[in-house]
Amino acid sequence: MKDIAQVIEDTAARLLKLAATELPSEVKKTLLKSEKETKGSLGKSQLHAINENVRIAETEIKPMCQDTGLVAFFVKVGDKFPLKSEIKTALIAATKSATNAVPLRPNAVDMFKGNTKDNVGLRGYVPWFYFDLVEGDKCEIIAMPKGGGSSNVGKMKMVPPGKGIKGVKEFVVEATAAAGPLACPPYTVGVGVGGGEDMCMNLAKKALLRPLFEYHEDENIAQIEKELLEILNKLEIGAMGLGEGPSVLDVHMEFAARHPASLPVGVVISCWALRHAGATIDKEGNVEWHPL
Amino acid sequence: MEHHLTTPISPEDLRKVKIGDIVYLSGTVITARDEAHLKALEMYERGENPPVDFWGMGLFHCGPVMKQDEDGKWIVVAAGPTTSARMEIFQDEFIKTFHPGIIIGKGGMGARTTKACQEKTCIYGYFTGGAALLAANRIKEVKDVFWLEELGMPECLWLFDVENFGPLTITIDAHGGNLTEESKKNIEAKKLEILKEL
Repeated sequence: MKDIAQVIEDTAARLLKLAATELPSEVKKTLLKSEKETKGSLGKSQLHAINENVRIAETEIKPMCQDTGLVAFFVKVGDKFPLKSEIKTALIAATKSATNAVPLRPNAVDMFKGNTKDNVGLRGYVPWFYFDLVEGDKCEIIAMPKGGGSSNVGKMKMVPPGKGIKGVKEFVVEATAAAGPLACPPYTVGVGVGGGEDMCMNLAKKALLRPLFEYHEDENIAQIEKELLEILNKLEIGAMGLGEGPSVLDVHMEFAARHPASLPVGVVISCWALRHAGATIDKEGNVEWHPL
Repeated sequence: MEHHLTTPISPEDLRKVKIGDIVYLSGTVITARDEAHLKALEMYERGENPPVDFWGMGLFHCGPVMKQDEDGKWIVVAAGPTTSARMEIFQDEFIKTFHPGIIIGKGGMGARTTKACQEKTCIYGYFTGGAALLAANRIKEVKDVFWLEELGMPECLWLFDVENFGPLTITIDAHGGNLTEESKKNIEAKKLEILKEL
C-alpha cells in the first residue's frame, strides 16, 4: 500500500515544477501564432522573446519567469478518498520542497517578520486552498502559481444591478484598459459575476483554468466571452503594452447567482504566462497527470 | 536604431538614444526593487552611502531566482524585469541622488521619472516582461550581493556582470520622450470609443 500523503506531496511538488516551467499547450500554440501574425516589429520582437524564453524554460526545465507566483491549489476531494485534512499538510510540505528543488522564488512575505523563505505563510493562509467536495474516491489537484504583477491589476466592482450585463462588460473593459502595459500582455482575462464580493473574485480566478478557446457551456455566457474577446483586442494594448500584437488571448467567465441588490463583478488578469498544472490521484495512490 | 552601450555610460552616449531605439548593455547591472530603493534613499538622507555606486550603471527592476552551488557561488536561475510602475513614487529622487545610466524594467514609468531622466540624463529600457531565462543567459557573473539577509532574495541588491544584455526597447529617453505614455493615451482613447459603442 502506498503512503498516500507522500504521493500527494510528491505529485503537488511536481505540479508546481511543471506549472513554473511549461505552459499549457494551447497557450504555447497561441503565443507562437501571435508572433507569426503580428505585423509591427516592436510587438513581434516582444512575442519572439516570449516564445524563445518559453522554449528555453521547457528544454532546460527552469522557471519561465523569475516571479514563480504566490502558490494556490484547487483541490477536489472525493467522499471516499482516504485522506482529508492531511491533504493540506501534504500540499504545504510540497510547496516547501518545490521551493528548494525547482527552485521557486520565495514569495511569501509576512507583514511583520519579512520573507518566510519557503513560500509558506506564517498564518496558515498561504498557499491558498480552494477545496471542493465531490462524489467518488479520487482527489484532483491543480497547482496555479500566479505572479504579483498581474495580480496587482485585478479588480472588483459592485456594479449597480440596474446596469445589467452592459455594466458587467463596461467594467471588464475598464479593468483591462487600466491594466494597460503593466502586467505583461497579451493577457488572459477571467471574469466572475455574482455571488458576493469575495466569490466573484474566486470565480474569476477559477475561470482562468479553463483551456483557451473552450467557451462556457451556457450559450448566453459563451457569446459574451467571445464578444468581450473581440472588444478587448480593440484596446490596442499589444504585446508588452507597446500597441502591436494581441492585447488579450482569451476571456473566460463564470456566473453565480447574485443577491437582488448586488451585481458583483471580479476581474482577474493573467499575464502571458498562464501557468497551471493538474493531476488526479486515486484511492490506491495511482497518479494520472492531466495533459498540459 | 540599435546601440551597444557599456557601463559606466556617459551622458553623451545616453543622449544619442531615442525612444523606440534598441539598446544592448554590457558591464554592471544592479538589481533594486521597492525596498532597495527606499533603503538606499534613507541611507543617503542619514548621510551614509549605499554599498555600491550607481553612477552610469544599469539599474534593474528585478527580483531574481538565485541559487548557490556547493562552493557557495551564486548562480542566476531566472532574472526577468518586475513592474516598474511601483518604483514611480521614488524613482525621480533616486535618479537625482544616484545618477544611474539606464533603468531596466517592464511596463513603463510615468511623468516624474520622465522629467528626472531629462534633467539628469538617464534612459529607461524595457526588457520583455517574464522573459527571465533570456535575461539570465546574458548574465556572465554574479559579482556581489548586498542586503540579502535583511531584504531577502527578491528585494536585495544583486550586482551582475552582463554582456549584450537586451534587447532593451527604450521607452523613456533623456529628451522627455515616453513611448509607454503615448501607448497609454491610445488605450484610453480606444476605451472611450468602445464604451460609447457598447
